[in-house]
Amino acid sequence: MQESPKYWKGIEELENSPEFVKNALAEFADFMPVKESHGSADATVAPRRDFLKLMGFGLAAATLASCETPIRKAIPYLNKPEEVDPGIANFYASTFFNGQDYNSILVKTREGRPIKFEGNPESPVTRGGLSARAQAVVLSLYDGGRLQHFAKKGAKIDKDQLDQEVRNALAGAGRVAIVSPTIISPSTKKVIAEFGARFAGTEHVMYDVDSASGLLRANGGVLPAYDFSKADVIVSFGADFLGTWLSPVEYARQYITNRKVSREKQTMSRHFQFESNMSLTGSNADVRVPLKPSEMGEAILAVYNSVVGGATSTDKRLQTAISELTRAGARGLVVSGSNDPAIQTLVTAINQRLGSAAVDVANPSMVRQGDDARMARLLTDIRNGQVGAVIFYHANPVFDHPMGADLAAALKAGKVRTTISLNDRLDETGELCTYAAPDHHFLESWNDYEPKRGSLSLAQPVITPLFATRQAQDSLLTWAGSPTTYYNYLRNQWKGVLGGDFNKAWDKAVHDGVAAGTASPAPVAQVGAALDVNGAINAIKSAPKPTGIELVIYEKVGIGNGSNLFANNPWLQELPDPVTKATWGNYVTVPRAYAAEQKWEQGDVVKVTANGKSVELPVLIQPGQAKGTVGIALGYGRVRAGKVGNELGENVLPLATMRNDAIIYSNAVQITPTGAKSPIAQTQTHHTIMDRKQVVQEATLKQYIKDPKEVTEYEKISTPEGLEKPNKVSLWQDYEYKNHHWGMAIDLNSCIGCGSCVIGCQAENNVAVVGKQEVINRREMHWMRIDRYYSSASHKSDFEAKGKLDTYAAMEDPSENPQVIFQPMLCQHCNHAPCETVCPVLATTHSSEGLNQMTYNRCVGTRYCANNCPYKVRRFNWFSYYSNEKFETVNGHMFTDLGRMVLNPEVTVRARGVMEKCSFCVQRIQLGKLEAKKQKRRPQDGEIVSACAQSCPTQAIVFGDMRDPNSRVSQILRREDGERAFHVLDSINTQPNITYLTKIRNTESSEFNA
Amino acid sequence: MNSIRLRPLSRLFLALFLTVATLGDSFAQAVGSAPGVSKEGVAPGATAAATPATAVAPAAGGGDAAAIAAGDALFKGNCAQCHAVNEVIVGPALAGITKRRPMSWIIPWVKNSSKMVASGDEYSVKIFNQYQKQQMPSFQLSDQEITSIVAWVTSQEGQATGPNDNANGTGIKPGEQGPAGADAAAAGADGKSMNILLIVLVVVLIVLVVTLVIIANIMKDVLRGRKDLDGRDREILEQRFDFSKIYKSTAVRAIVGVVFVLAVLYESIQGAMGVGLTQGYQPTQPIAFSHKLHAGEHQINCAYCHTSVYKSRSANIPSANICMNCHSQIKTESPEIKKIYRAIERKQPIQWVRIHNLPDLAYFNHAQHTQVGGVECQTCHGPIQNMDVVYQYSPLTMGWCINCHRETPLNTKGNGYYDNLVKLHDKSNGAVPFTVSSNGGTECSKCHY
Repeated sequence: MQESPKYWKGIEELENSPEFVKNALAEFADFMPVKESHGSADATVAPRRDFLKLMGFGLAAATLASCETPIRKAIPYLNKPEEVDPGIANFYASTFFNGQDYNSILVKTREGRPIKFEGNPESPVTRGGLSARAQAVVLSLYDGGRLQHFAKKGAKIDKDQLDQEVRNALAGAGRVAIVSPTIISPSTKKVIAEFGARFAGTEHVMYDVDSASGLLRANGGVLPAYDFSKADVIVSFGADFLGTWLSPVEYARQYITNRKVSREKQTMSRHFQFESNMSLTGSNADVRVPLKPSEMGEAILAVYNSVVGGATSTDKRLQTAISELTRAGARGLVVSGSNDPAIQTLVTAINQRLGSAAVDVANPSMVRQGDDARMARLLTDIRNGQVGAVIFYHANPVFDHPMGADLAAALKAGKVRTTISLNDRLDETGELCTYAAPDHHFLESWNDYEPKRGSLSLAQPVITPLFATRQAQDSLLTWAGSPTTYYNYLRNQWKGVLGGDFNKAWDKAVHDGVAAGTASPAPVAQVGAALDVNGAINAIKSAPKPTGIELVIYEKVGIGNGSNLFANNPWLQELPDPVTKATWGNYVTVPRAYAAEQKWEQGDVVKVTANGKSVELPVLIQPGQAKGTVGIALGYGRVRAGKVGNELGENVLPLATMRNDAIIYSNAVQITPTGAKSPIAQTQTHHTIMDRKQVVQEATLKQYIKDPKEVTEYEKISTPEGLEKPNKVSLWQDYEYKNHHWGMAIDLNSCIGCGSCVIGCQAENNVAVVGKQEVINRREMHWMRIDRYYSSASHKSDFEAKGKLDTYAAMEDPSENPQVIFQPMLCQHCNHAPCETVCPVLATTHSSEGLNQMTYNRCVGTRYCANNCPYKVRRFNWFSYYSNEKFETVNGHMFTDLGRMVLNPEVTVRARGVMEKCSFCVQRIQLGKLEAKKQKRRPQDGEIVSACAQSCPTQAIVFGDMRDPNSRVSQILRREDGERAFHVLDSINTQPNITYLTKIRNTESSEFNA
Repeated sequence: MNSIRLRPLSRLFLALFLTVATLGDSFAQAVGSAPGVSKEGVAPGATAAATPATAVAPAAGGGDAAAIAAGDALFKGNCAQCHAVNEVIVGPALAGITKRRPMSWIIPWVKNSSKMVASGDEYSVKIFNQYQKQQMPSFQLSDQEITSIVAWVTSQEGQATGPNDNANGTGIKPGEQGPAGADAAAAGADGKSMNILLIVLVVVLIVLVVTLVIIANIMKDVLRGRKDLDGRDREILEQRFDFSKIYKSTAVRAIVGVVFVLAVLYESIQGAMGVGLTQGYQPTQPIAFSHKLHAGEHQINCAYCHTSVYKSRSANIPSANICMNCHSQIKTESPEIKKIYRAIERKQPIQWVRIHNLPDLAYFNHAQHTQVGGVECQTCHGPIQNMDVVYQYSPLTMGWCINCHRETPLNTKGNGYYDNLVKLHDKSNGAVPFTVSSNGGTECSKCHY
């Protein structure tokens, strides 16, 4: 390799700004937070009196505390449930769907408290995968922001009285509307139908925050079920199918099966991504082309013309995509994230023409059924006072519909006589409703789901309802005067679906969480008629072509649609966005050139105006952002989400437009600077490893096919005997592992950077949330981070074509459209660990199973270990995150008895002043070993997995015993030894137990990384 | 003269004091060594007690010793909650069962008593009605197993009940459980003879000392009567020991000072180390539950109530419904039992005071020790079967844990998990026992994470 790509984590690193250099050299932020609350003139000195007071108090407290041991109670069950044993976790299958992505889950409960979700491997849809959002939702069960009782105008009201009043009100209401996001529960739909039969004139309107009504209309009211594993050439126009589009967990797994390479399988799918924002999907694409939203229609039209009519496109990269697509034929797939029915009509036509095997319309997906046109009509009717009663069922249109402000005004003006909210809290819509009958949390409810025709899924309650709430379906049944409970209703409904002995089949379905069969009547979403192709072409051609800056509204992987369960969730708020690495709030992503032109710096607040509405948000310079576009994430700007989610960012949805009866998530905007500054809490250059040469490695598929042994660069060191592997020379004694040797293999080729592992780790290990300011202070506590590197290709041919000087000049400004590579980074559990040697109190030591152990009760907080860690994976507890009032808002779940129920009882909550880091989930290792010992056998491979490996939807992380020659991790390491397997910073001879596998890109440019 | 008279007296007192102190010490030693003695006494006692049982068996039941031993275990595992041999508990006393009913009746009855009652069998109906229509649960035992239980029952017939019952059979935990009463008696007998010997010795010593003092005084008086003593002799005769010299000497002062400081330091360090230690903690529980009665006298298996002790990290404090398995029938009038009824009626769980408290930073798993390690409950919890009120027997300090991990050989026998490890260990280090710590059992993150 003569030239290698240049890697950089963020703009500041690329430019080597002084700030960045200072931060990168120092492991910790430079000031100690000793006296933050103190008004002393000299902030660094603790006043003598305070010191004496503290000393005196400390002495007295210690003396008092030692006088008497507190009496602790042991309170057993009165009547112990048979299946519950204190100390043993039970898993129950359930399902999570809140109008975004569907996840079949296993709920881990301890003593009846749900504490963590894991993917359900039985599910044919998600196949054991789980999104970061779904992982984090367990926290929402214990959310103190939930409404804890029935309410009338915000005040508590008796349940029976509310029922009485609601029944009376509904009886004379006339037109009743039930507004909800997409419901994929067949039984719930039947309940709503029954309710409609009782109150004539009832209308059920579904709408989606991230609407797909264009796609629905183009496919006769259904969403095609995509199978990305059946596509060899994927051309995506703005569809972030790995992050947020329709069913990302399902797609990620499919996508990656066709991306994994090995000596036996040397093929990969080709992935073209045409998009405006740098999305998670775009950053995984082989070829990513930045494109303005207004150019998207033309591009798709070009593809249509070539595939159908044989015309050629003038755009080189588009033409490459087209010709490869045509060559792939049935193995090709085109998807578009646009909500414009015209565009989707063309996409459908292209796929039909290709005969794409990856599109299945016969067994369609159900996860989006909202109809923008109907919703808009309903909102207009409400404004005109034509609706007698509205029931909002998990719907918050005041916040998350572009016409939300109008609705709020109408509700406030009393245009609807009866308003009922079934939402779980008094959110933006709920607080404007007269009645609130809060629904159970889904972990407290029975329900069924049909994410795809033929795949059913059940949710069962795993905890007694915490608050005086009632399942929404039961509320509807009660008001409709039905005597049955929803549970019985559900069972009756399923009697027709499950064959054979019903009780047996039902028990099995509840146990597995999934069942085959369909419970939905034939289609499905009631959407407007499809457009014909010519109409679509005309619509695209006549679409407005704005000349100015275009705004693209997108969803962030963490916060998704910003609904209640996500927005008030501190884990998700602090999950760094995979691409921008920003936490806590939204921002305007702008291309670098545009920012330079406008002389904006990161954090400058700008005003973005469209439709006569505007938002003021800080600027984030985003490499890869299409020229002439800016991006803003939806789902922020909540004011009634709860303590955590309120007042973060701004709501951008009012800036969206309606076209062809559909919400279009882009618009022409004016941007003006405000002069203000607002820092963005980004983690991107925190914990930077200085020398990046041996940190991430990548190669092209061509190189891999040519010689797998050449794709990875192994650094050699000079010895008297010549160049040798670094581990040839060592001052260390090697460990002998007799029993187990735990290790991990991370395939950079499979890692899509989704962040599911980060949340999985956080839930498993009681990792504290620190809040925006502390993230800015570089003190986030995540044990696991996903490093996102941008890289710019250096082209050999460029040297010939442009000459050396120009090429180097171009390389210095590579942030226009960089390639992206993700690398999960966690404690490497080095066999020659630099941290272990510098600990003065032996708080970090090596175990006989290869773990680098961290003993909190021994740690005195010198932080030497973190300074000496080359991987920057150690985290210091600057505060008592569980008792310092500064963190009560963001880390609230560690403060209250209610919130603490989510903590994993197997893992210590770390105190202030100690270092912490990834433990390789030692509690799971110990548990797995104990189970094996109890059964008098060796543990089997796959029984013991770390939380991150368990969470990974693409199985990029494989954990296991490297001493077991048959374990998956051993097999991978044997297979990839000398080919793709490498250690990060191999040359410093830390001998990590984590091995990475070189990323292989299916890029045509053979020059790249050559 | 007075002073002269007094001096020997003071010596006498000193001598007396010393002897008494020695005596006291020796008594204390005798008391202190009693447990040691009793420990030695246990094993033979237990064997001796077991012998008659085996000896009686062939005569009475005709079964062999193995069958009886099997029957013993089966009885305790299945029947002992409701039946005793010579006493009515929930069900009838089983003594003489073979004389009352033939085996052809007993076997189907044990397997499914309700079927027998339903079939209208006269004796079955009678016994069903006689015992408050309390149904005997069905047991999935083989004919052979039932026969061996009956053989064991027959072997036990006619033996006294009560504490002696303990002495019979092998008990749950032979080494520890032991017949407490008998032990104490044996130890007492041993101790008594020792004591008498000691007392005699002490008396002889006192007599000796007194005699010596008297002789010395007589000698002095004789000497004083002599006229031929010169000044120096007289001085020697009349010299008095000056105690003030001792306490005025700097050396003595320094030594005493250092010793005092060291003693204070030692005590305060001991005190500081003891902060948070609660060995011997014996709180009063809301219900006067006696382990001595349940685990000791009735020999109810620990895991019957502490249901998860072999499978979970927590041994599980029994829930009220487990108490109700027996106490819905037994001692229903007892005020202590009524507290359980009250708790159930009011739906307020019983708030036991927790005795064994580990800090949150330490992880302990019962199953690892009981199921895998084969450690007896008593190793850490002490003679729980003798405790009316439970106290914390072990210090539960990290040093105590580590010590045991260093000394205890791993229970590897028959456990496939360890097979290869044992081989590796024997190959490299065969002479040293394969202890918990040599398998990494003293590493930090075995208990701290």
